[in-house]
Amino acid sequence: MTADSLAAQRPAAARRPLFRRRSAIPGFGLTLGVTLSILSLVVLIPLSAVALKAAELSPSEFVAAAFSERALAAYRLTFGAALVAAIANGVFGVLTTWALVRYDFPGKTIINALVDLPFALPTAVAGIALATLYAPNGWVGQFLTPLGIKAAYNPIGVTIALIFIGLPFVVRTIEPVMRDLSADVEEASASLGAGRLQTIWRVILPALGPAWLTGFAMAFARGVGEYGSVIFIAGNMPYKSEIAPLLIIIQLEQFQYAQAASIAVVMLVVSFLMLFVINAIQAFSRRFV
Amino acid sequence: MTISIRSVQKQFGRYPALNNVDLEIADGELLALLGPSGSGKTTLLRAIAGLEFPDAGQVLFHDKDVTYASAAARRVGFVFQQYALFKHMTVAKNIAFGLDVRKGKDKPPKAEIAKRVDELLKLVELDGLGGRYPSQLSGGQRQRVALSRALAVQPSVLLLDEPFGALDATVRKSLRKELRRVHDATGVTTIFVTHDQEEALELADRVAILNKGQIEQIGTPREVHDNPASAFVCGFVGESNRFEGKVEGGKFVAGPLVLPAAGVADGAAVAFVRPHDFTLAESGVTAKVERVNAQGALARVDAVLADGTRIEVAASRADADRFTGEVKLAVAKSHVYAA
Repeated sequence: MTADSLAAQRPAAARRPLFRRRSAIPGFGLTLGVTLSILSLVVLIPLSAVALKAAELSPSEFVAAAFSERALAAYRLTFGAALVAAIANGVFGVLTTWALVRYDFPGKTIINALVDLPFALPTAVAGIALATLYAPNGWVGQFLTPLGIKAAYNPIGVTIALIFIGLPFVVRTIEPVMRDLSADVEEASASLGAGRLQTIWRVILPALGPAWLTGFAMAFARGVGEYGSVIFIAGNMPYKSEIAPLLIIIQLEQFQYAQAASIAVVMLVVSFLMLFVINAIQAFSRRFV
Repeated sequence: MTISIRSVQKQFGRYPALNNVDLEIADGELLALLGPSGSGKTTLLRAIAGLEFPDAGQVLFHDKDVTYASAAARRVGFVFQQYALFKHMTVAKNIAFGLDVRKGKDKPPKAEIAKRVDELLKLVELDGLGGRYPSQLSGGQRQRVALSRALAVQPSVLLLDEPFGALDATVRKSLRKELRRVHDATGVTTIFVTHDQEEALELADRVAILNKGQIEQIGTPREVHDNPASAFVCGFVGESNRFEGKVEGGKFVAGPLVLPAAGVADGAAVAFVRPHDFTLAESGVTAKVERVNAQGALARVDAVLADGTRIEVAASRADADRFTGEVKLAVAKSHVYAA
């Protein structure tokens, strides 16, 4: 090919539309196409159906269904307990990962497998087990009752279930990052005069930041949507320990489909906003990578 | 600060990394620890830094025993091969780290830290880059940041572990000069580890050559190059032609090559001749020239002796044209060691 014909082609290539730019990495069209189809089939279309169903109601009916006292209490519990559980997992998750990544000890592989159990276990099983343990006469609950702590059939019970569900999300997201932290960096910190706590606080934890936020967001999102394990330990008293997903089921059982959908829409919007904000924070905290 | 290493030993499993090492480092000296990989040079450096602790022996800073003192307590500046910068901190924060983590009255005021960071950035010619993150810098720039971070705490000794190993040749060369300049400007005792003999010879005041956990020779670059103490040093430092043969009555003989070997016991021996120690002569060993490669001030000549031994000869460019066909070579200087 002559230099002239090459030069003639270049402007043409530059004019290609955004989606048809040449790239050395193959498969853009195929992968994006499949991604969009699957996302549409399993996420976008069902969610729009929810919104459409809710739209059958008039605005005042929608407000009455989605923002009733009972629904507001359910949102508070759902988002509040998910947040508290995600924070608790944020702390325990770092400690667990630290122990798993940094040390070798007998039974490590078993503990490693145990961490993943909440992923695999049917959530109802977990819920029943937790409820039995933490009930006032249960193995753990009997010791809490004399202390005046009631850990089942109330918001505390909900939070316990959500902590159980969310832990692996935090552990598995920060684990590879912690593994990749090189010993060099800690040695550098020590040689510059930093104590152990300073090294952990100023060097190791900030490096985990972005991954921690991802794990936190995933644990939180899972907590908001969790149903199976929570209903067994929550007690499910309206206004007190009734989570929003349960309220949706209750509406469905009463054939109030549009009302159920309006509650779902509120949860959808709030969840989306929170995840969006967390992603934005994450993008900011990744600026140095 | 003077540093004394006294019969230090260190084992990793069954493999001895340091075997009875003694070393004295003078105040303000720039010392290179040179050796092949696995020679124990990095272990020795880390034992001085307090990142590794010897099984036996002593490390003294100014006659004070610091063998088991922590890295933080020793006030050393350590520069890692892979920079080991804090990725989530800006360049300025990285450099300020050592001052920032001090507590109470030891911690300088903010303005003073900022001033010190500016000075150091200027020293390593990175002024204006304090606000960047390490990921936004080139490899050479990152290593400069690591160097100034180590210098920020005004260390009693600066330790560098293969500091230029991860950099390309041009950057390596310029950083080498830079380290020499920084050392001369600050006067801090500096020890660096390298496996690159050219780097060691060019940069250091003295070179310690390690092999299998022991120091084979310590001396100025010139001493170790011109008067190598052992066959290992001779082969490792500088270029040389190696001959295996035997010594009989003060003469080393390997095929057609005969070299003086006064004081070497009879028996199997190795001899080394530097490429520039072969010179054209009227009489001497006959060599057949195979290829002449003239580059820079030198001409490198590949030649073959009568018994098929290949040799490399370095000659001045002016002599390059005289290397044709068969030539006679005299040996100006050789080193012979009993094998």
